[in-house]
Amino acid sequence: MSEKRKLKVATTSLAGCFGCHMSILDIDERLFALLELIEFDRSPLTDIKHCGPCDIGIIEGGICNAENVHVLHEFRKNCKILIAIGACAINGGLPAQRNHLDLGSCLTEVYLTEPGLAHGHIPNDPELPLPLDKVHPLHEVVKIDYFIPGCPPSGDAIWKFLTDLIAGKTPELGHGLIKYD
Amino acid sequence: MDQLILRHASDASRLLQILREMQEHFGHIPPHSISRLAAKLSIPRARIESTASFYSFLHLKPHGEYRVLFSDNITDRMSGSQSLMELMCQQLWLQPGKVSEDGLVSIGTTSCTGMCDQGPAMLVNNRAVTRLNHQRVQEIVQLIRNRTPLNDWPEDFFRVEDNIRRGGLLLDNALPPGTVLRAALELGGQRIVETVKASGLRGRGGAGFPTGLKWEACRNAQGTDHYVVCNADEGEPGTFKDRVLFSRQADMVFEGMTLCALATGAKKGFLYLRGEYRYLLEPLQTVLQRRRENNLLGANILGKSGFDFDIDIHLGAGAYICGEESALIESLEGKRGVPRNRPPFPVTHGYLQQPTVVDNVETFCLAVMAVHMGAEKFSAIGTAKSTGSKLISVSGDCQRPGIYEYPFGVSVREILKDCGAVNTAAVQVSGPSGACVGESEFDRKLGFEDLPTAGAFMVFDESRDMFEVARNYVHFFAHESCGFCTPCRVGTSILKQTMDKIAAGHGTRHDLAEIENLDHVLQSSSHCGLGRTACNPVLHTLKHFRPAYESKLKSLDFEPAFDLDGSLARARQMTGRDDAGAHLKENE
Amino acid sequence: MSDSFQLDGAPICFEPGQTVMQAALAADHYIPHLCYHPEFTPHGSCKLCTVKVNGRTTASCTLPAEAGLVVESEIEELNALRRTLVQMLFAEGNHFCPSCEKSGNCVLQALGYDLEVQATGFRQLFPDRPIDASHPDILLDFNRCILCEICVHASSEVDGKNVFAFAGRGITKHLIVNSESGLLRDTDIALADKAMQVCPVGVILPKRVGFSMPIGERRYDRSPISAQALEDAPRTPSGAHHE
Repeated sequence: MSEKRKLKVATTSLAGCFGCHMSILDIDERLFALLELIEFDRSPLTDIKHCGPCDIGIIEGGICNAENVHVLHEFRKNCKILIAIGACAINGGLPAQRNHLDLGSCLTEVYLTEPGLAHGHIPNDPELPLPLDKVHPLHEVVKIDYFIPGCPPSGDAIWKFLTDLIAGKTPELGHGLIKYD
Repeated sequence: MDQLILRHASDASRLLQILREMQEHFGHIPPHSISRLAAKLSIPRARIESTASFYSFLHLKPHGEYRVLFSDNITDRMSGSQSLMELMCQQLWLQPGKVSEDGLVSIGTTSCTGMCDQGPAMLVNNRAVTRLNHQRVQEIVQLIRNRTPLNDWPEDFFRVEDNIRRGGLLLDNALPPGTVLRAALELGGQRIVETVKASGLRGRGGAGFPTGLKWEACRNAQGTDHYVVCNADEGEPGTFKDRVLFSRQADMVFEGMTLCALATGAKKGFLYLRGEYRYLLEPLQTVLQRRRENNLLGANILGKSGFDFDIDIHLGAGAYICGEESALIESLEGKRGVPRNRPPFPVTHGYLQQPTVVDNVETFCLAVMAVHMGAEKFSAIGTAKSTGSKLISVSGDCQRPGIYEYPFGVSVREILKDCGAVNTAAVQVSGPSGACVGESEFDRKLGFEDLPTAGAFMVFDESRDMFEVARNYVHFFAHESCGFCTPCRVGTSILKQTMDKIAAGHGTRHDLAEIENLDHVLQSSSHCGLGRTACNPVLHTLKHFRPAYESKLKSLDFEPAFDLDGSLARARQMTGRDDAGAHLKENE
Repeated sequence: MSDSFQLDGAPICFEPGQTVMQAALAADHYIPHLCYHPEFTPHGSCKLCTVKVNGRTTASCTLPAEAGLVVESEIEELNALRRTLVQMLFAEGNHFCPSCEKSGNCVLQALGYDLEVQATGFRQLFPDRPIDASHPDILLDFNRCILCEICVHASSEVDGKNVFAFAGRGITKHLIVNSESGLLRDTDIALADKAMQVCPVGVILPKRVGFSMPIGERRYDRSPISAQALEDAPRTPSGAHHE
């Protein structure tokens, strides 16, 4: 009997805090069971830098700069199913609380007018990704197939969601697992 | 200001009228005057702010000595209003919506001002200016620069034509004022109600409720006072028939209201006139005064003791929603124009919670004719379920825009022929909330059986982009949503964003699917007709002109909701970068 | 014997003057709702309580109960509608639950949980709504306002103060306070006011309280809102408002 093919999963964190990734680790020993079913492609867990064709992509964090957009596009292109995980990926979260401020005055304050800067200038190195004028949730930039809310979602919620999904069921979280905070 | 408040008897239900007059006097409503007014009327100042900020024509901050508002109906746009507004902004060094630094002038847009047959039109300090063109706009710029008072502007600027193209029952009426009322006194209230019922007359505001039943219900309703309200908040884009009725048949409107008072026992009537028709106020007051002098209004009308009735004119201040009868009543009471929960209906709990008839201008006129002719003769006109005549406001792509009176049952095709429309692609019947009728349906007939209408008839020929027509209407609904209920408040805004996204070339099939979902939510959960019909323009044009949408869609299934590269513009400006890494493509 | 109507197949008895919502809650039947508050006049703005009556949709909190009505509420079509309405409210304001003191005790959030709302779905409007921290004891964070009107009713109907009102219209509609400066410190609001207790989300907050309850113990951590809403409903058989 041939062994069932393992699903390829990629994960990344954009404008997030890696809290959702910590929560993925909170699945604890069930990670071993999960690894029977999946293998990781690009992910902070593997340190693979670019993702190849995958079954599932899990993205933490919103979109705050040009690089985030590139990575998101790479994931959408390569992943059959794309999941936004956590408050930031879903509605911009904490970083989006700068959205009512003008980006120009943010940069001016941080690099030019804030006391304690020796030769303050706004960095213009092409190596640095430019910030967007507003922070956006993922679903405003590419199509997102599923959302796991929470800040972060609990390990249990992630486990339930992924096992449902891998089993081919529409994931349902239910009371106690669905959380926006 | 104290005088003004006294003139309104320090009555809080007159708040909107007080605010409107303050606005006319000061050019805006200053914050300190609100506190003063609150004290005088013994109401919280937040309530005054709440009411004042609801109406587009009232301003809580200085808004320029000259406040210019271009009518932004699709028919104004089709005759070039947008480039005229750009020209004016350029010449006065001004951005739309902003006030010039010297406080001289502001320029913006407003919903249809009811001059569609003689557009593009604008309002300057609430006075209607018609037939705008390049030259007229430049003259206006000069007049504003020279601070010429509005009263010294050329009279021709303010000339409003009636453009009656086809008369009938109402427009050809030549009965001397009082004729029908005198006859009706013989009949008495009960017989009037029966006649109107038997005539089959139905309301002309669009919904078509049987007028006689409404009068009867109000007559039978218990209350300390009964009221008659004439709904002249003619705000449905593309409609301008009430304006013409007031210009030609004002007596007939008031006679109809008085007839209704006789039938219902009302002592007091209100004419709620849309703010866009401010210029009609004085002429109408003159008519009312003449009727008082001729004992057609006031105490013991026509010598009948105890038959007392008088009419007050209230002006609206730029809120389409006040055309909805319960919102209109709220507005009459000096509040925000938010539709009430129904039941109870106005016939039992209307103005000040008393039994109230609210009827359209045209309905009151037709009631006069029904009583004059008798039910049998009246109901012979039109069709079985749509008796009498209907005034149609024709505008758009045709040679003879204006007012046409037809018996109900006339086909779209017949009207198109009469108004000289060629190569017609579509007609928007009854305004944005009505129906967009394509060529295959031109044989449909106006009437409650088939194509109900409040009167708007906007013609679009084959050169027009029907997507842009729908987008204009969607903007209208978002602007006019009262904001009371979630689906309409948020839904119309999302709909507007989605239409703008498609217009900018970023739309996808996904967006069309979202529009269909929004339609379902708006239709099934909105508080009133505005929200329930807000998706109609999109759904109807999608049905007849789907390629007009599809040609704008990207072939991709998904496009970002915003301009990705544009959202880096501010950062590029701040860093001075313009390298490849400082740009984004929508899809990679 | 009082009259009755059907709600999802069950007979619901009602007293004259009750709305469908009031009668349903009094009879231990939950209909999702947000702007309805048992102590104030129902006004029906949020539309979460939309039900199907004889095939037509309408808000149940303002619909007078009538004998023989056939009302449907717990059906997927309506829950899908409610889900979209909750999403609209989340998209309209700035709702960042992780940094909100009301999180866990928030009605909007709890409804989202109960209806399995996993994301906003729509484009976020990200409005600019500055907070009002002028009052020594009370904070107003307008970012979270869902325009439910409950504080307006509480302040006028119970406190007799009219501290709150709405200004603007359409999507620009917003909460204002009753003072010429526009600031809360210049109103006569007090900590003991009813208006302080009724905000279903995190707009009207007493200062210096913060995140006082541990996660796991907050109201909607314990059980879903559908299991708790009945606690707020009038208990008397007549459905009279309790104080």
